[in-house]
Amino acid sequence: MASCTCGETADQTKEAAMQKVFDQYRDYKGGLIPVLQEAQNIYGYLPKDVLQQIAKELRIPFSKVFGVCTFYAQFHLKPRGRNIIRICLGTACHVRGGSKIFEAAQEALGVGQGGTTDDLKFTLETVACIGACGLSPCMMINDDTHGRLVPKQVAGIFESYE
Amino acid sequence: MKNLNEIRAKYKQQYQEKIARPRIVVGLGTCGIAAGGDKVMQAIKGQVAARGLDVDVDFSSCIGMCYREPMVEIALAGAPSVLYGDIFADKVEKLLESHIVNKTPVYEWAAFQIPGSATPYEGIDIMDQASYYSKQVRSVTSRLGRTNPESIVDYMATGGYEGIEKALGMDRLAVIEEVKKSGLRGRGGGGFPTGTKWSFVYGAQGDKKYAVCNADEGDPGAFMDRSILEGDPHAVLEGMMIGGYAIGADEGYIYCRAEYPLAIKRLNMAIAQAEEHGILGDNILDSGFSFRIKIKAGAGAFVCGEETALLNSIEGLRGMPRVRPPFPAHKGLFGKPTVLNNVETYANVPFIIRNGGDWYAAMGTEKSKGSKVFCLTGKVNNTGLMEVPMGITLRDIIFTIGGGIQDNKAFKAVQSGGPSGGCIPTAHLDTPIDYDSLGALGAIMGSGGLVVMDETTCMVDVAKFFLNFTQLESCGKCTPCREGTKRMLEILQRICDGKGEMEDIDTLDRLCRVIKSSALCGLGQTCPNPIATTLRYFKDEYVAHIKDKRCPAGVCAALLQYTILADKCTGCGACLRACPAGAISGEKKEPHKIDIETCIKCGGCIQKCKFDAIVKA
Repeated sequence: MASCTCGETADQTKEAAMQKVFDQYRDYKGGLIPVLQEAQNIYGYLPKDVLQQIAKELRIPFSKVFGVCTFYAQFHLKPRGRNIIRICLGTACHVRGGSKIFEAAQEALGVGQGGTTDDLKFTLETVACIGACGLSPCMMINDDTHGRLVPKQVAGIFESYE
Repeated sequence: MKNLNEIRAKYKQQYQEKIARPRIVVGLGTCGIAAGGDKVMQAIKGQVAARGLDVDVDFSSCIGMCYREPMVEIALAGAPSVLYGDIFADKVEKLLESHIVNKTPVYEWAAFQIPGSATPYEGIDIMDQASYYSKQVRSVTSRLGRTNPESIVDYMATGGYEGIEKALGMDRLAVIEEVKKSGLRGRGGGGFPTGTKWSFVYGAQGDKKYAVCNADEGDPGAFMDRSILEGDPHAVLEGMMIGGYAIGADEGYIYCRAEYPLAIKRLNMAIAQAEEHGILGDNILDSGFSFRIKIKAGAGAFVCGEETALLNSIEGLRGMPRVRPPFPAHKGLFGKPTVLNNVETYANVPFIIRNGGDWYAAMGTEKSKGSKVFCLTGKVNNTGLMEVPMGITLRDIIFTIGGGIQDNKAFKAVQSGGPSGGCIPTAHLDTPIDYDSLGALGAIMGSGGLVVMDETTCMVDVAKFFLNFTQLESCGKCTPCREGTKRMLEILQRICDGKGEMEDIDTLDRLCRVIKSSALCGLGQTCPNPIATTLRYFKDEYVAHIKDKRCPAGVCAALLQYTILADKCTGCGACLRACPAGAISGEKKEPHKIDIETCIKCGGCIQKCKFDAIVKA
């Protein structure tokens, strides 16, 4: 009987990719953070078994690995959306109405700060400054920066993402 | 020792040929792209191909006029370069039709022109005389917006890598001496003399040394390091190489925040190009000096901008500050002597070595030499990046370069130095700015972010905003910062909610002093500055919140009351329908009323009212 194996193939590709990362960073001084970054690129987040594997491969106690990933804002222990929206609430955006943009985004997506939509399409986050202050208020979706926003624009911009 | 004369001559020739051709240049820094620059680029390429125009299309980075992005430069052979602002894709056709085909600039869209040796067009401001640029100097930012940042040809044709070539021919101590002579001080905010720092690391014992570049620009409202990394990445590399040579390091790290993907991409390209040319790597130009640079992407922690936390982060640890001494100069990265400078500091070094320390020291004030790059943002007309000589006044920056306050509102304060800095009021606008004068005002130079606030900004709310930021970003290692920021934030929240007591002001004042003197690192020691300066200059606003339960700027929601002006209300019912709480009542064509008890102060009604009949106070 034929069975669906595409899930397995995807897992195998990810494991092979991780193996490559380990080979690259095993003897690299201070390699833990780049390894975690690469792992998150591969898996989209940091699953527990991957963290255990990292601890073993890099010979670092699991507690330390866990300590590092909970310290930095960019590491995530839960699955995230395909598109990451980061609304800037830095000083310049704050004085130009960044919170109104954030409210509009919450309304459009139906999730709050740190939330992921049920279809795993978007994760909504806030960020303290993305350095595009001249165009405030602004936000980042994945690596694209959108500036000079007004609240009613926001939902339309989300629609252009798959 | 080998030199770069041959390759440089070749590149100069290529560059001259490039700029002699008719060309269109689009500004593609992060800000230009965010404003729609890449769509403009596509539109231009489409038009050029469709019409078969004989013109080159190139890109550069940010020239500093963020408020006019996307910007496009058009230069015809033998004619001035014209820089156009606010060029969106729909304007491209007309722009090309007029300027390229008919050879007539579109005067109403032009921001300024750079005539070079050509006769200027009449009716367009010349760059040096335009109000945005007339008070500026362009040294460390000279390539920004003028060259292609991804091209080593452009870099070397404009004097690039002359600094390292010259330095390699000098004694290491002489290089340090030249930097000392320039008076360059750390541009990341601390203001420590760079040459002195280098001489400490030079003198430190160690079998290996490191040169580290702090590109973890985390201050909200600051983007000069991003602009330099995106606009002139080679200059940062060159500065690091010179620093590495002077102190005896053979390895460098750039710690760049992950929020700057374009900067990381351009740095990686620059490193690859420099390695290809044998300028970076082993035995550079047969001088016996070897240097390699690695990039480390940050993982999102503001405290990693603090030097010892940054070193921990490079080592793969939690980014928590270390206790000093030992200082990084003696025991830094992986326990080895390390010099740490920020992006702008390193980017200044090649210019100093090339032109001499005296050239640099001729600019600026007695104790703060040279120029400084600032980012002007907030409620000002012209937001953007600017390089000004030290000693310029805040008034010149905000009112001449910045073009004054948006919507003709009244200026209230300017916040200098991010969450570690302070708010400076009108009375001190004429202070010539340098490290020391800003310190005396209770603020700091910081990395160079200036956020302008107008009469509609509540200073208690601003202090709360910064405290909220530092409280979230406090790493939790030392008690004064971990607990102190939390308690100060609670008090500020209480005041904004109208539940403050007068003794809260004294408590805040005391906490500020205690935290400043007892926190472990720069984050904690400077986080009380926004509160201390607002208490110092805007105490009346705190008192109004506490005693009169009133927010003079109309920001703190809990202290606001919305009322409908009966004489202006036409009874259209728009506000009534907009109110989510059902707090508005009234008959059609009769003035409406807001029930204060039910009102949730969302402000929805004000946005809907077409007759300005609703006020908050």
